[in-house]
Amino acid sequence: MNMTTPDAATAKRPFFKHRKTCPFTGPRASAIDWKDVKLLGRYISERGKIVPSRITAVSMKKQRELTKAIKRARFMALLPYVRTEWDGSSPR
Amino acid sequence: MPYYETVFIARQELSEAQVSELTDTYTKVIKDGGGKIHKTENWGLRTLAYRIKKSRKGHYVLIESETPPAAMLEMERQMRLSEDILRYLTVREDKLSEGPSSILNKDTRDSDSRDNRDSREAA
Repeated sequence: MNMTTPDAATAKRPFFKHRKTCPFTGPRASAIDWKDVKLLGRYISERGKIVPSRITAVSMKKQRELTKAIKRARFMALLPYVRTEWDGSSPR
Repeated sequence: MPYYETVFIARQELSEAQVSELTDTYTKVIKDGGGKIHKTENWGLRTLAYRIKKSRKGHYVLIESETPPAAMLEMERQMRLSEDILRYLTVREDKLSEGPSSILNKDTRDSDSRDNRDSREAA
């Protein structure tokens, strides 16, 4: 069955991969690295929250690594803890 | 000897010369402690995602080293004492990375928006 797209969808995030494979397992998957702001940026919501794995189709093992990396990036101010106003310079 | 990867943020008031001088003092601490520096990278002045100690920007520096833990603890102790260091994070790695450590170095501010658009079209 293909993924039903949730109606309250923020279309901007590339989460509508119809094939439900985990983006991190598989031959050419990229490694999860807390310094990699671009990669991590795809797995946090507009508010800066971590998106659950049921939406991003990430496997549980990789989701745990992802969470640890995001929390480290937040500690080092590469990612915001909470993003309130959308000023022009926001990384998104 | 274990591999460590340390990233620290220096105050924005420092000049580039002072930042590299700071880096040298810490790499010296590691060398004195019998460790080896695999790579140091200066990511330059970046805007922080939120204010740390009242400053919005900071110099990011990465040091990848292979060193006995004692030398690493000594370096961290000095970082704690130094007023120029806003924050540091040391992570133990199981293998050293090759090449420039992260995409962080290659992408510039403007390329972010383009990537978003590309990935959206790809989806």
